[in-house]
Amino acid sequence: MPIALTRRGFLGFSAGAALVLGGCGGAESPGEAGEPQRGGRLRALFTGGGTRETLDPHAQNLFIDQARHKAIFDKLTELGDDLAPVPRLAERWESTADATVWRFTLRQAIFHDGQPLTGDDVLFSLARILDPAAGDRLARQSLSAIDIGRCRVVDPRTVEIALSTPSAELPALLATTGAAIVRNGYADPANPVGTGPFRFVSFEPGRALVARRFDEHWEGPALLDELHILSADADARANALQGGQAEYAHEMSPTFARTAEAGRTVKIVAAPGCTTQAFVLKTDRPPFDNPDVSLAFKLLADRQRLVDVVLGGRGVPGNDLFGKGYRYYNSTLPQRPRDVAEARSLLTKAGVLNQPVQFFTSTVSAGFVDAATLFAEQAGEAGMRVEVVTGAAETYFKDQLTTGVLGSHRAGAAPIPDYINSRLLSTSPFNATAWKRPEFDAAFATAQSTVDEAERTRLYHALQRDLHDRGGLLAWGHPDWITAVAANVHGVRPVPPNTVDWARFDKVWLG
Amino acid sequence: MRGYVAQRLGLALVQLMVLSVLVFALTALLPGDAADVRFDESASPEQVANLRAELGLDRPAVERFFDWAGGVLTGDLGHSLVNGQPVTEIIGGSVGATLVLAVATLAVVVPLAALLGALAGVYEGGRLDRSITSITLVLTAIPDFVLALLLISVLSLQLGWLPATWVGATGEDLLTSPELLVLPVLVLFLRTVCTLSRQVRAGTITSLHAGYVVQARRLGVPRKSLLLRHVLPNAAVPGVQELARVGDNLLGGVLVVEAIFAIPGFATALIDGVEARDVPVVQGLTLVLAVAALLVNLAADLVCNRLVPRTEVLR
Repeated sequence: MPIALTRRGFLGFSAGAALVLGGCGGAESPGEAGEPQRGGRLRALFTGGGTRETLDPHAQNLFIDQARHKAIFDKLTELGDDLAPVPRLAERWESTADATVWRFTLRQAIFHDGQPLTGDDVLFSLARILDPAAGDRLARQSLSAIDIGRCRVVDPRTVEIALSTPSAELPALLATTGAAIVRNGYADPANPVGTGPFRFVSFEPGRALVARRFDEHWEGPALLDELHILSADADARANALQGGQAEYAHEMSPTFARTAEAGRTVKIVAAPGCTTQAFVLKTDRPPFDNPDVSLAFKLLADRQRLVDVVLGGRGVPGNDLFGKGYRYYNSTLPQRPRDVAEARSLLTKAGVLNQPVQFFTSTVSAGFVDAATLFAEQAGEAGMRVEVVTGAAETYFKDQLTTGVLGSHRAGAAPIPDYINSRLLSTSPFNATAWKRPEFDAAFATAQSTVDEAERTRLYHALQRDLHDRGGLLAWGHPDWITAVAANVHGVRPVPPNTVDWARFDKVWLG
Repeated sequence: MRGYVAQRLGLALVQLMVLSVLVFALTALLPGDAADVRFDESASPEQVANLRAELGLDRPAVERFFDWAGGVLTGDLGHSLVNGQPVTEIIGGSVGATLVLAVATLAVVVPLAALLGALAGVYEGGRLDRSITSITLVLTAIPDFVLALLLISVLSLQLGWLPATWVGATGEDLLTSPELLVLPVLVLFLRTVCTLSRQVRAGTITSLHAGYVVQARRLGVPRKSLLLRHVLPNAAVPGVQELARVGDNLLGGVLVVEAIFAIPGFATALIDGVEARDVPVVQGLTLVLAVAALLVNLAADLVCNRLVPRTEVLR
């Protein structure tokens, strides 16, 4: 599954802020804001993507596009705060015992053109996503197990989805980016008709979407009259929010949060430690094909210091795993400490102590180069020579697959099985740690098709233990996800990106 | 004169061809292509390869270049590799904001620079000259992004007098809220007024000391008519030539200003095009820019010739 991130600056943080700022603040307690009020216009700012922005909800994974699609369309499911699936257009679901056929009951919902949602719309949407002739369907990979020929509409409000390989994760996969339900026959992205809380008014790529409240939304009408979703880079977002030209700004830097918290005009809404910053060690080539060396590197990182310096203290140290706080996360594993002496002895034993290691990084995401440089210093304390090399930002994640043995990595919020699927299997297209173990692949397939939840969780935990011990992921920190809103904006919850309450403007109201 | 213009236009055509080849080659040298950049980390290699084939990026670069060049000769600038929009539409959609900025800036810069330069030149060495010269020097030394951020933080965020960005503004907003223009134009003005007024000052001083002016003064030509009829036209020559350069300089400033104020103009489109490896868009935009620069320079030379019809001006 694509782990949705913007290319231009994943997090706009800057280095040098070594202040430790505890807590995240900003989340308002119920009652503080008074009674929700109807009306008004909200202008929300997201990192823009220029001409790459699109209204086709199956084609683009920029955050700004996702936010726009979310206003206009709904999915069958979304992800909750812990990344477990929650019902949306699908009211409930059940599967056969082997998790190969799923039956979804649809909610009573209507499209902006007045037509009711039916199973045909769902099957049309899935077929459009899986269309082998279209080059730009994002969710095709994650939903590839769906056997569209065998899916069928049982009655207008019941759909049966058949899989070619069993998966207990189908409800979560249907929440993936690019899996919106469109109207049967949808062909003109410039004229989007969805079931979402806002109806389309106008759109200019790289600039603005204007949408108005859809009064017949199945969840009840939104509070806002009008929603504008606007493109702006980090500085422009900060200036426009503080200058009163917008009420909501997504993806703000810790530096901005610190200055903003000193004033009264802006509130910070931070989801604590919900994304991941990591280094990737290539486990298939020297020196990291030796698990001792990988372990030594994990022991070399001073995680708290990385969090303090690179994240400006807005985050928590990582434990070499993706997905802290998400469903299936193995929190029973002990936190990896820093142990320079032990690292040194492992490196000596492996005979690599004085060999230089190249750290291939890039400016593609704020903090990458800072973290690499700081880690090189920390490794130097054990006598390890790490040389930082900077590559092109536009193609870094592709180049990383073939270049260097040590690199930078970050990931947004996605269910842990999706992360494993896209990063850690022999077949994963973006397997940056080159973690290719047939036995791991097999164990994952078993876990994924296990219907019993407790057993499935146990199997996922075992996979994570293996990764923690021998894998190539050095996850050093989990940054907070920072959004800033004007003082009169209420109803914005601190949640990880890609979850149901993220960029959810139908619950927002102006005081 | 006509021969000169024809000769210059012929030269311009050669320059445009060389530029097109250069821009194409440089874009080709950038790592990755439009297919690579489009998907971030979300696509499999097969998906990227399919898209590359769909966009025709798997064909040899030379072939693609001649395809594009052939299109240009028939007036077709091609389509964006990102969203298939015609390049002419992208140019049309972005040129407005930039043109408004440039025209508004020039409308302020030209009279003010001429006035300041002439005053400083006429009162060479005096208190007025010293203050004008030192203020313009100081302003030249401040990078424009620093200036922009300072102005935003004081005039917009502290005092709340002016909007800080163009976020969400449309063309119509621009007509009804001209205050959007004030800060960007101020930054561009401060960037260009200094060099221009210094050229006018230098030109004024040179003419004041020229033999024909000294002679005219000896003959008792009144000071006012001396300045207006003999000094200023000559003094304007370096100014007008500098103005052509100011045009180029303005472009650099527009890049910075558009980025800081989130203005959806030419520079923003160009940056987006380069980032997305959208070669037809980059080619189209640079072509338009180059034509504009060549025409401005030619116009400047023709104006100089008009002001002071001496043959060497045309060299």
